[in-house]
Amino acid sequence: MKKTKADPKGVLTGAHYLDGDYAIAEGGLAAGCRFFAGYPITPSTETAERFVERIPYVGGVFIQMEDELASITALIGAAWAGKKAMTVTSGPGFSLMMENLGLACMMEVPLVIANVQRGGPSTGLPTYVGQQDMMQAKWGSHGDYEIIALSPDSPQECFDLTVDAFNLSETYRVPVLLMTDECVGHMYEKVVIPPADEIEVVERKWYDGPKDEYLPYKPDEDLVPFMIKAGDGYRFHTTGLTHDERGYPVINAECQNVCVPHLVEKIRQNADKIIRFEEEETDGADVVVVSYGITSRVAIPAVQKAREVGIKVGTLRLITVWPFPEKRIKELAGKIKAFVVPEINYGQVVYEVERCAYGQAPAIHVPHCGGWVHDPEDIFKAIKGAVK
Amino acid sequence: MNEEVLVEETDEELNPAEDYLRLDRFPHIWCSGCGIGTVVRSFIEALQKSKVDLDKVCVVSGIGCTGRVAGYINLDSFHSTHGRAVPFAVGLKLGNPDLKVVVFSGDGDIFGIGGNHFIHTARRNMDIAVICVNNFNYAMTGGQVAATTPIRANLSTAPYGNFEYPFNLPYLAEASGATYVARWTSLHLRRVTKSMQEALTRRGFSFIEVITPCVTLYARRNRLGDGLNLLRYYYDNSEIEHGADTRTLDIDYQDKITVGKFVDKEKPTFLDCMNNYLSEVIGDEYRPYGVK
Repeated sequence: MKKTKADPKGVLTGAHYLDGDYAIAEGGLAAGCRFFAGYPITPSTETAERFVERIPYVGGVFIQMEDELASITALIGAAWAGKKAMTVTSGPGFSLMMENLGLACMMEVPLVIANVQRGGPSTGLPTYVGQQDMMQAKWGSHGDYEIIALSPDSPQECFDLTVDAFNLSETYRVPVLLMTDECVGHMYEKVVIPPADEIEVVERKWYDGPKDEYLPYKPDEDLVPFMIKAGDGYRFHTTGLTHDERGYPVINAECQNVCVPHLVEKIRQNADKIIRFEEEETDGADVVVVSYGITSRVAIPAVQKAREVGIKVGTLRLITVWPFPEKRIKELAGKIKAFVVPEINYGQVVYEVERCAYGQAPAIHVPHCGGWVHDPEDIFKAIKGAVK
Repeated sequence: MNEEVLVEETDEELNPAEDYLRLDRFPHIWCSGCGIGTVVRSFIEALQKSKVDLDKVCVVSGIGCTGRVAGYINLDSFHSTHGRAVPFAVGLKLGNPDLKVVVFSGDGDIFGIGGNHFIHTARRNMDIAVICVNNFNYAMTGGQVAATTPIRANLSTAPYGNFEYPFNLPYLAEASGATYVARWTSLHLRRVTKSMQEALTRRGFSFIEVITPCVTLYARRNRLGDGLNLLRYYYDNSEIEHGADTRTLDIDYQDKITVGKFVDKEKPTFLDCMNNYLSEVIGDEYRPYGVK
């Protein structure tokens, strides 16, 4: 993994008052993204608007595609042409992207998709918050694959995690999803963008060996194959079909048994390096509140109130949602009475917490079907109920 | 027959296009009598004649019988998803404007599931070439009715014959904004090659439709005979009419096929428009993209 400093052309150094959507665009530009293909969809459109306003001065391309199917597919093409590429969307567009998210996983193409989640299903609540696509982020495209998903809880983190999303994407040759939500996307806060030489960016793992020995899908030691660009004379082939190290389709169980485990293992075996979360006061806690995105901020008054009434409550905020911090949840489960998992859906990440707890502690869900954030009182009641 | 002669014969049998093909993937999947291989042969000849830098040529296919072309051509080649070859090509081209990007796919792929991408990319006059092999049906999945199937033709999902109006592809391409539009059959080899040569060396959105026999499904279900019978049909019924009004190019079942080059005009491409316009309105601060 080769790290460099950000290209100053894309970095708007300084302290700004930005909403999360704008911060995502700035994060992409800072990370070196020079290709954006997107389709307007509330509540994510501001990211595209910001990018297209800025890109003429930075040098790059923005194209508003005919739909989200085309947007993500164009990203894959641009990535093969050597660009760092991103798009932004929300529920309905995210659903359309699932087809070629699978292609990006299969072709092992780095790209970043931000999903500013709104209430669903279907057209649902275009202008109001939801966190209902979290399982879709993990399982949305057909077949087995592993993916990386991050969840920012503030405009500042929208910037920071978009840079991280590109770095992870380039490191592991995998699409990275920035799973934010309407509240964070439309929330204005101070966003500090550091000088370019303080922003670390990961360069793609370019192949530089002999041309005739290049194999686009031969895993390196870290399981991630080297990449090349279209137009560099390698005359390579890549396909969405099950393929061998040459990228040639091989339609049988033997090849499937190499190709698919590779896609899964390159993330699973590197999970410890990828996973990030933030913990507070979990030592000696009876209850741990597991949350992410806007809900982690809504939970703060509930946690404070619980502490005021003498409940030992800790918090674990997911920054990486996928891969999931299974080991840490399992460790905590052996020490506490219960997890409380508020999220703006009718049960998604809570089931993962429950699975990782291995029956040692219950995971109590605090559901909300979207349109607004939780009343902290509901989270407080769940914490109180957990220690009864 | 002595050994020397045998060796000589083997040499002669080497595929003259072998540098352009991934022979390690042969035999290919196409049926005998299928026209796709013939169109590929024309494409290779066009690559040779046009003297384009082969390192810069990318071939993008979708899914289907013609979708397999990318896998056999020994260039940077991309076998994408069903219907998405065109936006994939758009990404490649805009990602690196030095590339010459060619979409090579079938009628079901480009005009059935991918129709929306086609019209918008033509509208933008994106600098890519789209070669559509039209065999009037979804062949890879076993011969289903397509957006190009002539009325009355029988297919597995139109077992009593097709009653839907088919697309007139050159008309659709021109109306959408394509700046080069041609139609041939796989019988018109030299002309297919010439059109491809033109598409490879010009700028803007080029569209070439090549009508080909699908012997195993379309022809068999409709009792039209073998590949040779279909070529005979093309021979007897094709009329070359360059510059024909594309509104008149509908194809009726086993009826006349008007072929030719219908549109060939110059117009600024997507990137020309982007760079020219933004230079004009933003001025010196604009960083032109993809311009050397």
